[in-house]
Amino acid sequence: MGAPVRFNFSFWIKTVQAATLAVAVCFSIGATDASSRYNDLNHRLMCTCGCAEILGECNHVGCPNSAGELTELRTGIAAGNGDKEILDSFVAKYGATVLAAPTTHGFDLVAWIAPFAVFAAALLGTILLVLRWTNLSVGRTPAVAGDSANEDPADRARREKIRQETGDGGF
Amino acid sequence: MAAFGSFALIIALALAAYNLLAGALALRLIATGQPAAISPERLADTARRAGIAGFVAVTAAAFALIWSVFTNDFSIAYIAEHSNRALPGAYKFSALWSGQEGSLLLWAWLLATYGFVLRLTHRTDVKLYAYAGTILAGIQLFFLAVLNFAAPPFSLLQGAIPDDGNGLNPLLQYPEMVIHPPMLYLGYVGFSVPFCFALGALMMRYPGEKWIKVTRVWTMVTWLFLTAGIFLGMHWAYAVLGWGGYWGWDPVENASFMPWLTGTAFLHSVMMQEKKGMMKSWNVWLIFSTFLLTLLGTLLTRAGLVSSVHAFAQSSIGTWFVVFMGIVLAVCIFTYILQRSHLKSEHHLESLVSRESSFLFNNLVLLTACFVILWGTLFPILSEYVVGNKVTVGAPWYNRVAIPIGMFLLFLTGVGPLLPWRATSLKSIRRNFVLPVIALWAMVIVGLAVGIRPWKDGVFDTGNFYALVAFAISAGVMTAILSEFLRGAGVISRQTGRNLVAATWLLTRRNTRRYGGYIIHIGVVVIVIGLAGSAFNRNVESELGLHDKITIGPYTLEQVGATQDSNLNYNSEYAVLDVYKGGKKQFQMTPEKREYLASGQPQTMVAIHSVPEWDLYVVYEGTNPDTGQPIIKAFLNPLVGWIWAGLVVLVFGTLVALVPSVSPATASLRVPATRTIPTEPALKGGV
Repeated sequence: MGAPVRFNFSFWIKTVQAATLAVAVCFSIGATDASSRYNDLNHRLMCTCGCAEILGECNHVGCPNSAGELTELRTGIAAGNGDKEILDSFVAKYGATVLAAPTTHGFDLVAWIAPFAVFAAALLGTILLVLRWTNLSVGRTPAVAGDSANEDPADRARREKIRQETGDGGF
Repeated sequence: MAAFGSFALIIALALAAYNLLAGALALRLIATGQPAAISPERLADTARRAGIAGFVAVTAAAFALIWSVFTNDFSIAYIAEHSNRALPGAYKFSALWSGQEGSLLLWAWLLATYGFVLRLTHRTDVKLYAYAGTILAGIQLFFLAVLNFAAPPFSLLQGAIPDDGNGLNPLLQYPEMVIHPPMLYLGYVGFSVPFCFALGALMMRYPGEKWIKVTRVWTMVTWLFLTAGIFLGMHWAYAVLGWGGYWGWDPVENASFMPWLTGTAFLHSVMMQEKKGMMKSWNVWLIFSTFLLTLLGTLLTRAGLVSSVHAFAQSSIGTWFVVFMGIVLAVCIFTYILQRSHLKSEHHLESLVSRESSFLFNNLVLLTACFVILWGTLFPILSEYVVGNKVTVGAPWYNRVAIPIGMFLLFLTGVGPLLPWRATSLKSIRRNFVLPVIALWAMVIVGLAVGIRPWKDGVFDTGNFYALVAFAISAGVMTAILSEFLRGAGVISRQTGRNLVAATWLLTRRNTRRYGGYIIHIGVVVIVIGLAGSAFNRNVESELGLHDKITIGPYTLEQVGATQDSNLNYNSEYAVLDVYKGGKKQFQMTPEKREYLASGQPQTMVAIHSVPEWDLYVVYEGTNPDTGQPIIKAFLNPLVGWIWAGLVVLVFGTLVALVPSVSPATASLRVPATRTIPTEPALKGGV
């Protein structure tokens, strides 16, 4: 095994930039194909009968609401209304729960931001932790786990057995 | 039988109470060394025996309920509500978990069964098992209290006893429903055991990491049950609900997925503790969280906090679970604060790029995924609380937020095993990553060539983009794992003269844990390929008169008739469809619609023709009331079969990882007489 990999700051900056760009692309895009507009919109709405299913996927026998909602949707599209206008009309009629996902304004925005904020914070925390633990090891003799002098011999033997069982380069 | 069942539950409650109190007292006496009138060891043993007797009592109660179902004892409200005379025998078993009270009894019985095994095997480590058994008794006490006071399964029906019952929910009258809930419950309940060991080990300041070794089999088996339970539920949703999908991000689905994620994180990070003595506190909290999430799942299922398609199981016992979760959390926090010095770890990494750091990132992603799902599940409640406005957090939100995280996790699935422990070098990175990266980019090119393009008519297509990324990463990960197998098998092959297949088999047997893990990762990749196929789902819906046709993909479906059938349980209507491909008749499909007599509820039975490329999935939606003609909805769902195949691989890998490895000395080696066998074949360090 060669020399340990050193922390290359510019490499990581570029990697983070690339990852951020990829994530930004992922979330700035949407299914806006005009030919699938009806399909797209009926997947952004819920059936209101209480079945908790996406409108475009609700097909339980005898559903009292989905056919009517789909007809309203077709009518809205045929009338040349925009997506926002159609969705707003559904919200006005059925309430905010008719939308299959929170909107991106007001308190609803928190629903979208929180996961990424938590992910970013956790990622940063993990990177800092790894760096800290790596720095703590500088100057130490490369060691196996629990190599303290006062470690229980039984523990040491067990750990060695685990190392053998799992393979040094594997699990 | 109702009186017998109720009595058995009261006895079980009393035994659990004794187990908890006597066990706790005995452990306290042992810990403090105080003199007592009775030997603490004997007292602890009576507690253990009470736990064993408790298993017998709960088993008797479960038997009483099953007996009552089979004998159509409609004097018991639960039986009248969830069964009927014409219900087939297999589904009478399902009645045990089709309602609130029965499923809690199933939970208590499985818990008692786990406890029974735990208490029987106590000689492995008497003191640790005494702690674990006593904590388990506390959990049993809670469920038995709920069963006795809040949701008694043997309550008698008020008024006249009906001649027949209301029948089982039609959604549950499907073969998989006979095994999906018990499997899921085995997973949920099973996490109680590692939780008890972790908490017990912390309470008694158990030295070293032996408790992890003791609980490894428990944790893996439990994880396996939970995994199988989740996938069986997916398959049930696919085959029964008739919407062409298998995962709807329903709160109850999410509830089963969250402990799976934390349990998976635990199974990975625990290796850091085993091998490096690191992350002791983290692992303890992972298993605490997993157990708490199983309770949260039950709370969500039962309390009706969030709207769900699993509404058949709702009731008002949520308060009991909230209080119990509060107590469990308080005990965990208190014990942790009191004993945290015992969990002091030596945290050091020799390199930024190593197996250790990959485990940290693996945990980061798994827990972020868990948070995302918890956040999405609870956000409607939060929104209502904060702004007084309830919103829906459905599939579109999860698809946008969770899929990128899943991609990152898939990426780590491939990268992690390629990194050695301690440190790596640029040379080894180059050696290990060249092939996977080539495979990844080759798949991108092939994908683009066959039409999986992230843009369509100049517009970016999210589904195609994710599918292409998933296929590409899957190709890279699969190449990485297979090259690991080949590298190890090549060494054995050269040393022993065996062919590669035999060498791979021997390699796996010698290190079942490592290579079982790789097989599990292969299963995950196969599943992801199947999931990615959903980007290309198509469907068509049409009213079909006799000899009318619809076309989807390469198939043409012709309606050639309709038929009816009936039995004591339901009436059914079938549409008979001949399926043509390339102008030739291939097979016939008969999607069905049923109406159950006891409940009067309708239900679709989907017809599915599955081949490796796709599923042809046909739903008979009923007849047009104006024309009387059947309405058929056909789906072409690519690669769905890969999901179920991936599960089989994953289960196989877990079973392999559970089998003890054979040492090179005991493994059979047939070598040519002229060869010299090294005493310790150099299999270590796949890199």
